[in-house]
Amino acid sequence: MANVFATIGNWVNERAPGLMPVYRKHMTEYYAPKNFNFWYYFGVLAIVVLVNQILTGIFLTMNYKPSAAEAFASVEYIMRDVEWGWLIRYMHSTGASLFFVVIYLHMFRGLMYGSFKKPRELVWLLGMLIFLVLMAEAFMGYVLPWGNMSFWGAKVIISLFGTIPYIGDSLVEWIMGDYLPADATLNRFFALHVIALPLVLLLLVVLHIFALHEVGSNNPDGVEIKKGPKGNRWSPDKPADGIPFHPYYTVHDIVGVGFFLLIAAFIIFYAPTFGGWFLEHDNFLPANNLATPTHIKPVWYFTPFYAILRMVPSFFGTAIWGVLAMFGAIVLLFLLPWIDAGKVKSVRYRGLGFKVALGLFALSFIMLAAVGAGVTAELIPEWFGADADATFIENLFGRIWTAVYFGFFVFLWFYSRGMEKTKPVPERVTMHE
Amino acid sequence: MNKSTTLLAGKAMFIKFAAALTMGLALFGSAQASEEGGLQPANIRLDDAASMQRGARLFFNYCSGCHSLQYLRYSRMAEDLHLDPKDVENNLIFTGAKLGDHAVSNMPAADAAKWFGKAPPDLSLEARSKGSDWIYNYLKSFYLDPTRPLGWNNTVFENASMPNALWELQGLQSAVRKAGEGGHEGTIERLEVTTPGRQSGEAFDRSVRDITAFLQYAGEPAALKRESMGVWVLLYLALFTLIAWFLNREFWKDVH
Repeated sequence: MANVFATIGNWVNERAPGLMPVYRKHMTEYYAPKNFNFWYYFGVLAIVVLVNQILTGIFLTMNYKPSAAEAFASVEYIMRDVEWGWLIRYMHSTGASLFFVVIYLHMFRGLMYGSFKKPRELVWLLGMLIFLVLMAEAFMGYVLPWGNMSFWGAKVIISLFGTIPYIGDSLVEWIMGDYLPADATLNRFFALHVIALPLVLLLLVVLHIFALHEVGSNNPDGVEIKKGPKGNRWSPDKPADGIPFHPYYTVHDIVGVGFFLLIAAFIIFYAPTFGGWFLEHDNFLPANNLATPTHIKPVWYFTPFYAILRMVPSFFGTAIWGVLAMFGAIVLLFLLPWIDAGKVKSVRYRGLGFKVALGLFALSFIMLAAVGAGVTAELIPEWFGADADATFIENLFGRIWTAVYFGFFVFLWFYSRGMEKTKPVPERVTMHE
Repeated sequence: MNKSTTLLAGKAMFIKFAAALTMGLALFGSAQASEEGGLQPANIRLDDAASMQRGARLFFNYCSGCHSLQYLRYSRMAEDLHLDPKDVENNLIFTGAKLGDHAVSNMPAADAAKWFGKAPPDLSLEARSKGSDWIYNYLKSFYLDPTRPLGWNNTVFENASMPNALWELQGLQSAVRKAGEGGHEGTIERLEVTTPGRQSGEAFDRSVRDITAFLQYAGEPAALKRESMGVWVLLYLALFTLIAWFLNREFWKDVH
């Protein structure tokens, strides 16, 4: 058998001698720092989820009908009459939410260990582009089941473009292909969700990984292993602190993937709606343009940005400021490599100010998620009594955390330019903290 | 220091982060709980086939005249609830439908809208959009209200256009109100059975629970299979992860 593989291998090698070097560059001779910790699972997990979304998505399209008249019923057909349809659909819907869980943790890892800093700015920018495309992909996918929240969510999000001066209203009509989200909207969102955006996403993921492998992975110490001593037991001229990705990190990642699948399977089999957070109650009602849900809110992964949108008031007679703030919240993340001028990468050796600011930033993200999801709107009457001015309290709370979110970037600009007292960074990666 | 301490350090940080996340989730969870506020728990069980069978019988006798289950096939129901297809054809299909058909009511929607003000909704996904607790409480909360067109009102869904289809079983309930002020009616304190029905309070609770269980099943027939097979998938993945963990340890044992 081994002989057969060798023969085939040689046959391919003679005809495409460039293939093996690519495999070596990205797998067996990609030297990753040997001190990766738990936070370094989320990149590979994102790939696992992406593959899951594509595979389950292909099978869903075999029975889904992208028309306003049939979409909702076709989803129920998948849930009830298609063999294993319920499992495929739950894998896809759970995968969508877990994609964002994994991506947010992956991004937080980048913030913690300074993986966005020189020389990895391009890796970060490509990653942010992936995040942006993923948000569009998730939004359009959410519209497809054509439940009532699909309809109203689409209406609210598309109408954001209506705040743009002069062209807003025509732009909204152009996007929807109608005066309301309707059959035409569903059709084009289907096309974008299953063809256009996945292609862009795949291309960006490949570029993200290639760009990473050019500069090499960062690590929890933020030490550049390529600048350290050379020579390890696999190669005399590779970084001493590096270890071949395959087999060391492949076998390592299989453990993480197994553990992740365990969690995912628990959700898929025992809590597929996740208490209304992954599949919302109102989306089990068919789309109805005459029945507005009591609370229109996006799925949990958009809620921090949705909260920022809601918390920024209208003035000068336009509501565009909220929209600008919401997009600004993402643009600032893009600019992070140039906002943070600190030379020390890892949180381990950065000043106390950075640690506190990063903690507050993460907290602001969670708190804004709570505001955007309507959690605070429900808790305020409970905590402050029914007579309390709920809107005032919620706005105050939401605006403080919006200020914290944006404050992180402002603080980081000044703090990293002279105020920060960092600890000495070790020469080599450490195998302990 | 070795690899395992690195992992521990990473793990400690992960735990800190997970704690913050859990705090956030707890906040979400408490809101979730308050959303169900004021409703008694339905306490239904999807592994209680007898309950769902009784629920199916009650549903097709008392509800299906007006309400459809347009996504549920009679045959699927027979199979899942361990009912004899012959019995289903003879005792539960009142519309002349075939066993493989969906359970669609014979009431014309246009007429229904005229009769009730709003056509009775399809209930296939009622348990998924409203929740089983809501259904359980709603069905128990009808009371006589002469100001409503059909003489019925409901404390869970105020001014519902649906009359109490189960009044024969439950009896007639009236509202006991707090003393009103300045000519206004007081708020409803509780409901009281003023004319007893065929079932005692306890028996009626069970009937309503059975209907709720059946509607929960109808909302997602796959749930029966999902919950029974899930445990095997989890066991397989746990074993897989364990073996992968040992494999990983073997590979990494001499990396320092």
